Amino acid sequence: MTDVRAEVAALLARFDLETVDPVEFLGARFDAGLAWVHFPVGRGGLDRPRDEQQVVEQLLAEAGAPAPDLGRNSIGIGMAAPTLIAFGTPEQQDRYLRPLFTCEEIWCQLFSEPGAGSDLAGVATKAVLDGDTWIVNGQKVWTSGAQNAQRAILVARTDPTVVKHAGLSYFVVDMADPGVDVRPLRQITGEAEFNEVFLNDVRVPDADRVGAVGAGWRVATTTLNNERVAIGSGAEREAGQIGIVTERWRNDPSVRSSAEHDRLMSWWVETEVTRLAGERLRQQLAVGQPGPESSAMKLAFAQQAQQISGFALELDPDAGLQYDDWTMVRTVSASFLGRGPGFRYLRAKGNSIEGGTSEIMRNVVSERVLGLPADHRPDKGVPFNEVPR
Amino acid sequence: MTDLLYSDVEESLRSSVRGALGRVTDSARVAALYDDPDADTSAVWSAVAGDLGLAGLLVPGEWGGVGAGAREVAVVLEELGRTVAPVPFLESAVIATTALLELESDVVASLADGGQRGVLVLPWSARAGAWTATEGGAVTPVAGALGADLFLVPTLVGGTVQLVLHESATVDPITSLDMSRPLAAVTPTGEGRVLAKGDAAVAAVDAALAAGAALLASEQVGLAQWCLETTVEYAKTRVQFARPIGSFQAIKHRLADLYLEVAQAQAAARYAADTLATGDADAPVAQAVAQSYCSDVAVHAAEEALQLHGGIGMTWEHAIHLYLKRAKSDQLALGTPAAHRADLAGLVDLPQH
Ligand SMILES: Cc1cc2nc3c(=O)[nH]c(=O)nc-3n(C[C@H](O)[C@H](O)[C@H](O)COP(=O)(O)OP(=O)(O)OC[C@H]3O[C@@H](n4cnc5c(N)ncnc54)[C@H](O)[C@@H]3O)c2cc1C
Repeated sequence: MTDVRAEVAALLARFDLETVDPVEFLGARFDAGLAWVHFPVGRGGLDRPRDEQQVVEQLLAEAGAPAPDLGRNSIGIGMAAPTLIAFGTPEQQDRYLRPLFTCEEIWCQLFSEPGAGSDLAGVATKAVLDGDTWIVNGQKVWTSGAQNAQRAILVARTDPTVVKHAGLSYFVVDMADPGVDVRPLRQITGEAEFNEVFLNDVRVPDADRVGAVGAGWRVATTTLNNERVAIGSGAEREAGQIGIVTERWRNDPSVRSSAEHDRLMSWWVETEVTRLAGERLRQQLAVGQPGPESSAMKLAFAQQAQQISGFALELDPDAGLQYDDWTMVRTVSASFLGRGPGFRYLRAKGNSIEGGTSEIMRNVVSERVLGLPADHRPDKGVPFNEVPR
Repeated sequence: MTDLLYSDVEESLRSSVRGALGRVTDSARVAALYDDPDADTSAVWSAVAGDLGLAGLLVPGEWGGVGAGAREVAVVLEELGRTVAPVPFLESAVIATTALLELESDVVASLADGGQRGVLVLPWSARAGAWTATEGGAVTPVAGALGADLFLVPTLVGGTVQLVLHESATVDPITSLDMSRPLAAVTPTGEGRVLAKGDAAVAAVDAALAAGAALLASEQVGLAQWCLETTVEYAKTRVQFARPIGSFQAIKHRLADLYLEVAQAQAAARYAADTLATGDADAPVAQAVAQSYCSDVAVHAAEEALQLHGGIGMTWEHAIHLYLKRAKSDQLALGTPAAHRADLAGLVDLPQH
């Protein structure tokens, strides 16, 4: 049996961390099976239980080793990679996982459309097979990081004559294709983290289809469950927005008041129990894929991020009245916590929308965890092209 | 990170406790206590303490106990919470027992086999670091005193706290919000025997109250789980407007939120139990977090259960009121949520001023 601690030590011994090139180090880390220890040997993993990944992350962080830039490639690392492992062909895994992990290739997610957000299974972007190549046409929207991406995961309709969930397929798209047109969409923060993406006769080789034709919904569900785990995670106490507020409270007596104190402690307790519940979920998932329970964690995370970032403005009203910079820029590395308190407050508003809205999270929990009856759906059992819209 | 799951041994303990409780108590018998507080509930104590030998879970083998730990006790309390069982397990087998264990007093042997019941004579709202020893007269309201044999009385003598063991007391029942955990005014009688004085006595009482608070969280989790499960089942079967009410989003979303709360409460309670069991340095934080959070979740679960059942939830006949009364009492017991948050602030260096 491999001991991941020994593997980490062996990896670290090979490099001078002061001078090492991050891409080189991350490549070596991937080859050593320490990218995702629960992945197969040769594909960035060691076939170890999922929970050992935390040990690896901790040891590497303590050593100060270069880490993948999640601000640029959270979609690749948190969502595309687990989906490719679950559904990709060996060739796809060999081709995509390593450069994804080293961040030589940045990924984005072409799921949402103007007419299909929460109702993702209603996407209208079409993919039509021509020989061994799919020709893709349609419009995607809210595509985070498309301006930086070399690759994308795409959900498109391959059969409009069956019910909406059954007619979808899942693809990997080369963003350098001349038919891909990325245009920035400015957000309430002033910057453009997301885009609209027009797909005009984009050519996708059939070899880049992930999962069977018509199985796109199942594949996309794996992506989304992983997205919810990724958004809702944070293994350290006082991580995220609460940490910013507690640091301020400790270091600056001028922001303290009895009126705010119990609110502060309530948020402290809320974030701590979410951390513990997330940890408990991870222990349950030591083997296996994230399930619908992760939607509850995402719900908690969004509530807390929004409430605590608002509370932070109230703690220091004079600072809260100001904003750091409204200049329109296209985000290079996204972060919920970067920049000033006003940015954090505004950016957190997206937390209950991106990756599935909080209302959808409650639907998922109530139907898939608690087993309550499904909502009334007029399009149930109706072929996609016969649904009135 | 500590293990927040349940071991196979813990799960099999759970099923034997659940089986035993199913034979000796049910909601009708609990409801009867409100009209007849003297109704005989001794079968519950006999089943839990005697037949299953659980009164000695925390007590090492050399004193006649089982030598298990707080994690196992927590599982028992989850089951007691699920049934709002009328049994002073927390009061005797956790709180009084912990005080005696802290003092390494061999008196604990008489509690370990369930033959006698002990009670720490303090108001039920007391918490570690926030209680007052009696200077004589009645102590009120005390939980677990009715039917107790050994009274551990924190007593102030000449400015020093002593922990005094009395074998008799006048116990006057009090009409309680939660009659499944009836309270009493307790006036110790007889000479009593001093078990500890000064810091040792204070430390024993604090440890007992801390263990009680940490593990009360598990009772609250069990109670909240019952409320959630019962309400989910009801929402699936109750039909209005030609649909199960559980297909209305207004109801689904409230139950989804409640699921989240209960899942978080469970994690917090597991963490409190585990850190108590291992003597982890983080145990005081874990206890304060668990009490602050689980107390409110249990109350909210019972309140949601009542509302989502409609009129039937308001009846004496339905069991929900028994859970609401226990949940609200538990929230006030062993320190309110706000009091625990104030303690927490000190522990994590977030001063009020
Ligand atoms: C910052 C940010 C980044 C994003 N990044 C990406 C990305 O990279 N790639 C990508 O594909 N998408 C991305 N999205 C899109 C995101 O997934 C969608 O915005 C989201 O799924 C909601 O879809 P919608 O905007 O069409 O809103 P709608 O679905 O129209 O929802 C509008 C309102 O109706 C509610 N609602 C809808 N259906 C129901 C229902 N059944 N029950 C109850 N309420 C309902 C919603 O909760 C919401 O409040 C991003 C969004 C944001 C805000």
